Amino acid sequence: MAFYRSTVLVSVDPICVEKGAYELIDVLNDELIKQGLIDEVQILETTRLGDPQKLGPDLMIYPEGTHYTNIKYVDVPRLVEEHFIKGRVLQQYAAKMIDSMDEELRAPREKEIRVVLRNIGVIDPRNIEDYFAYDGYMALGKVLTEMTPEDVIQEILDAKLRGRGGAGFPTGLKWKFARQAEGNIKYLICNADEGDPGAFMNRRVLEGDPHSVIEGMIIAAFAIGAKQGYVYCRAEYPIAVSTLNLAIKQARSFGLLGKNIMGTDFSFDLEVRMGAGAFVCGEETALMASIEGNRGEPRTRPPFPAQKGLWGKPTNINNVETYANVPQIILKGSEWFSSMGTEKSKGTKTFALAGDVKNTGLIEVPFGITLREIIFEVGGGIKNDKKFKAVQTGGPMGGCLPESLLDLPVDYETLGAAGSIMGSGGMIVMDEDTCMVDIARFFMEFTQDESCGKCVPCRVGTHRLLEILESICAGEGKEGDIEELQELCVQIKNNSLCGLGKGAPNPVESTLKHFMDEYQAHIYEKSCPAKVCRSLITFEIMDGPCTGCTVCARNCPVNAISGERKQTHVIDQDICIKCGICHQVCQFDAIKVS
Amino acid sequence: MTVDTITEQETIDGVRQIVEKIGSTRANLIPILQAVTNNFGYISETAIKEISTRLNLPNNEIFSVATFYRMLSTQPRGKHIIQFCESAPCHVVGGREVWLALKSALNIEPGETTPDKKWTLLTTSCLGVCGIGPVLMIDTDIYGNVKPEQVKTILSRYD
Repeated sequence: MAFYRSTVLVSVDPICVEKGAYELIDVLNDELIKQGLIDEVQILETTRLGDPQKLGPDLMIYPEGTHYTNIKYVDVPRLVEEHFIKGRVLQQYAAKMIDSMDEELRAPREKEIRVVLRNIGVIDPRNIEDYFAYDGYMALGKVLTEMTPEDVIQEILDAKLRGRGGAGFPTGLKWKFARQAEGNIKYLICNADEGDPGAFMNRRVLEGDPHSVIEGMIIAAFAIGAKQGYVYCRAEYPIAVSTLNLAIKQARSFGLLGKNIMGTDFSFDLEVRMGAGAFVCGEETALMASIEGNRGEPRTRPPFPAQKGLWGKPTNINNVETYANVPQIILKGSEWFSSMGTEKSKGTKTFALAGDVKNTGLIEVPFGITLREIIFEVGGGIKNDKKFKAVQTGGPMGGCLPESLLDLPVDYETLGAAGSIMGSGGMIVMDEDTCMVDIARFFMEFTQDESCGKCVPCRVGTHRLLEILESICAGEGKEGDIEELQELCVQIKNNSLCGLGKGAPNPVESTLKHFMDEYQAHIYEKSCPAKVCRSLITFEIMDGPCTGCTVCARNCPVNAISGERKQTHVIDQDICIKCGICHQVCQFDAIKVS
Repeated sequence: MTVDTITEQETIDGVRQIVEKIGSTRANLIPILQAVTNNFGYISETAIKEISTRLNLPNNEIFSVATFYRMLSTQPRGKHIIQFCESAPCHVVGGREVWLALKSALNIEPGETTPDKKWTLLTTSCLGVCGIGPVLMIDTDIYGNVKPEQVKTILSRYD
């Protein structure tokens, strides 16, 4: 195979052709011959690289990845000279980096490395040929023609890929167990029930690059010996479901799913199953129960799914992001993958930044980056330049980490040691106006609601925790509450059946540990330092600044404000529900919260 | 069609069609219940009995599964279903104020339907669009970056 140092991809999208793409190729070819570069630079035709109407004719040069747009072919000699001979980017035609691709996923920031997110916003997910153009299904081709199932498992083991759903179990090991399990019928499942509030990485991957997951699943099925697979996707993601269904249909039409994949004797097919609105179905045994048509109640493990899973058969179940990493590992090698990250946590992780941070949305960074770098550099710092207070990682089963822990390098072990978890990757940033007791109560409300009810420590324990937290926030906290909270946390953690119960006390435990002073203020001083808990605050209109403009009175949902025009208004404390609307709409800063 | 005008026979026929289309094994139970909820607004007793017959499963098994999942309903629901995201990322960006404004505009508690049967108010778990919180969903329309003052205007769009 000839080795080229550079490849030029020229878009021959019909619109680009109209604008002269083929002429461009001819001129480029001639110039490269003239400069003696024709054996070093390869010209290939490709689909569109960007909006052809706005940017065509355009071309992309690899390995640099420079995108030149609106090229006139009279400038080709200069482009060849600048780019290939002098090694400089010809700025005149270089595409401007778009600062924001969309609200959820911006152009990559400096410390990011995009592996799983690389194709999102770049390819058209509803067209499998776009995926082909970006090395799609080449990994599968390599696997089916050059590797045995054991080879594949070894490669994933060498890469040290860990499950991206939250627990971080070594993926290669999971596949090995499923392969070794006895029986001819084995199942493969993709857990796309991304229920963690604040996490939407899986959703974007399924909507924007579904084939990366499908390809990963086919490779996994080959490795473990499964013939049927399911993607369990939550019903709250209708676009992801329809995109997946279309992708599966297109893959089948190209012989990439179904019988005799790529002409070999390996057969595997895939079906999408929808959830029905139960957070606990993200737990693997509950998920399988749901596919079987039952209540989504977890069961004890062992036996693990690799031995006895769906309908009692050996089953491998992995998260969306875990599968999405597989094709790249096969193509680029385990050494490439394990060159990123820390000693025990290799590769990259997607995170969803939410809350009071300037750049909310999805990012992908290598393990080992610190929380401070994530929040303040990649995330752009706190909104409205307020002070940072805490960051909650890992979803409702995770803990809240204060400023003192911001220099923690992020990986599975360090987050666990700090009292939180990696979880699926949701990160909620909180500023100085957040009440940590309210936050703990809030997460407990969620967990209590989603508890399946099967085991007493979780069902009753979370209920009791919530009761105590609610009374504290209502100003009725008393001596002994803190000790009871602590005791309950230990009991629930140690005795619950599944991850939901075991993790439910984490927000409470971590806030008790790092923000004890707030709990004490609520209980002993009956005050909420962050001015959030409604029973402990009052809204008052101050005489000085109030101009009597009546805006607050008109917006009050319970008509608690009275006053004449141009006269200082008054809030009736008996009616006021402390919603805070008046405070938000007042233009004169006349409303005091105490 | 509203809940009041549908007859028992129409329910039975409708359920039968759904089961024929989806399949009558246990593994199809949840998709069947979802289709019934979408078609009829909720899963009535008649529907449960018919499914039980078709799938050869006891009534209480059907009922047990139907009441476990949030997106399935065994109670009649209003003409428009409001789902408000009560999760932490929406909460920390002002979700609380929006929620209070919503509750006082409708004068009902979550899970309830207004007396005129126009609105059912539900809380939902994270819809996965946390970048634009606070989020509320009415039927299949998603509203993001909602402010409390906007609640009444949003509601007035639906008749």
